[in-house]
Amino acid sequence: MAAPAEAAPAEAEMSAEDEQGLARFLELIESDSRVEPTDWMPEGYRKTLVRQISQHAHSEIIGMQPEGNWITRAPSLKRKAILMAKVQDEAGHGLYLYSAAQTLGTDRDTMFDQLITGKAKYSSIFNYLTPTWADMGSIGWLVDGAAICNQVPLCRASYGPYGRAMVRICKEESFHQRQGFEILLSLMNGTDAQAKMAQESVNRWYAPALMMFGPPDEDSPNSKQSMAWKIKRFSNDELRQRFVDMLVPQAEILGVTLPDPDLKFNEETGHYDFGELDWSEFYEVLKGNGQANGVRVARRRAAHENGEWVREAARAYADKQAAAAATAAALTANETVAA
Amino acid sequence: MSVKQRQAPTGIMTPELIESEIAGGLVATDAVATYALGLGDDALILAHRLGEWIANGPELEEDVALGNIGLDILGHARSFLTYAGSAWGKTEDDLAYFRSEPEFRCRQLFEQPIGDFAQTIARQLIASVYFDSLYRALMHSTDPTLAAIAAKATKEVDYHLDHSTQWLLRLGLGTDESAFRMQRGLDAMWPFVDELYRAEPHRAEPAPSGELGAELSAQLEGIAVDPRALRAEFDAVVPRLIVDAGLTVPKASAARGGGRQGIHSEAFGPLLAEMQVLARQHPGASW
Repeated sequence: MAAPAEAAPAEAEMSAEDEQGLARFLELIESDSRVEPTDWMPEGYRKTLVRQISQHAHSEIIGMQPEGNWITRAPSLKRKAILMAKVQDEAGHGLYLYSAAQTLGTDRDTMFDQLITGKAKYSSIFNYLTPTWADMGSIGWLVDGAAICNQVPLCRASYGPYGRAMVRICKEESFHQRQGFEILLSLMNGTDAQAKMAQESVNRWYAPALMMFGPPDEDSPNSKQSMAWKIKRFSNDELRQRFVDMLVPQAEILGVTLPDPDLKFNEETGHYDFGELDWSEFYEVLKGNGQANGVRVARRRAAHENGEWVREAARAYADKQAAAAATAAALTANETVAA
Repeated sequence: MSVKQRQAPTGIMTPELIESEIAGGLVATDAVATYALGLGDDALILAHRLGEWIANGPELEEDVALGNIGLDILGHARSFLTYAGSAWGKTEDDLAYFRSEPEFRCRQLFEQPIGDFAQTIARQLIASVYFDSLYRALMHSTDPTLAAIAAKATKEVDYHLDHSTQWLLRLGLGTDESAFRMQRGLDAMWPFVDELYRAEPHRAEPAPSGELGAELSAQLEGIAVDPRALRAEFDAVVPRLIVDAGLTVPKASAARGGGRQGIHSEAFGPLLAEMQVLARQHPGASW
């Protein structure tokens, strides 16, 4: 999710007001303060944020599906309750994020329309399928784990509404990651069939989770501008390294093998070295050729279209109530005049 | 999770708390367990149906709302089933995942498919009014565990009732299409209302006569709520709400029912097959 390097308008075109605004904006960024919705901001900053926040919101909404797939089949009532809670948390995250993006002047209907018509991007990870229950564990541990590494620094993002939304989201994501880890731990400590299910699932999710941080830094030139604007705080490769360093000891506790023969501790750097990722796979999924790209968007679109009559009824009801209130108010006013 | 639930004082009844009390020696009598099993099955199957809405709602807000309502009701189910299981040395999961269709005691309203949003709202309205009066009465049960489960549930059901009432009005008074669908939803759910308020024998095995049921209800004096006593409240509340929403109170004949005796509608088998498939592939496994 790279940001375009859009420069501030050339100085010659800037009004005195813009110049003042830009100076104030740069001062806010420089001093690590928050930019708020009513503050002046460069058009590129606004656009980058709308795109990033709405993509994040879309990811939460589409991300409900791979896990929603197991709500009706969860193997214990406690797991069923946790999964239902988790998936509806994701809907809640989507709602906060759409609200944060709306403060930048793009309304939710527009963003949602971009999602269901396939124009907007969302995290490619949700285009993978969840054929086994263990995938509920892998999504929590690996996918939510990677999301946390990405998102904790976003709590300090320069744009106020985004940073504040991320604080709550990160708290819930951290719970999600722990529950995923716990699912895998139960499976690894369970029967042979359960342990096998867990390992097979980790094998499938490990590399796609590492790719969630985006392409290597040298292939992600636009990240620089986002870092200068303090939307993004660390590079893709820095975050990926942090994630791998976090995973290895957790995998040892679980007893799962991470599917990378080149994974080993580097005494010199103090970090784990890991093997090359297959970026052609990443770009294939990004292009729309993943396991479930079409299905995910179509499902949300169907839900939206099937619900059109409900939303229309709610609008019609609100209009009728408002009209009735206006009539009542007019009558009262007339009576007052008559009196 | 509703606001009230989060603000509730500590010590509210949860399945985990009941589990620890069972470990400390709490055992339901067979009669109480049979009663709790019926209530638990009603809640479990309704919660399962509500779970089908997640990621399918007409609005994101409804994904959250229906998910939360389902989650509350699943909590009630888990408490009732955990308590019921104490009589027979079974866990909530033994009861949910390893009984077959005729061993379930849910009433048929809860098994019905979700249908469209209007049908779901029609069912939620009927269910919420029923649960509301049931749990308010059950709070006074002489069985302290049932009373505590009901005390927690009643606060949550209050919100559920508000949610379905608000939607009934919006759909009934919204557009021609929404009114048509809301009426159709009510018509489809109405035949299953009567069963909720019948004093049906709870029994371990389906049997033609009602003798066992009569014995059981004698043992449940002061413990269980006689559903017949709750019917007047339904009749006082629901038809008025329907009329206020510009709709017609359905006149459909009552379905035969029999859920408490293990007789279920055709939609139930597929539901159970889906719900139990993974657990049954791994009998004895922990998750």
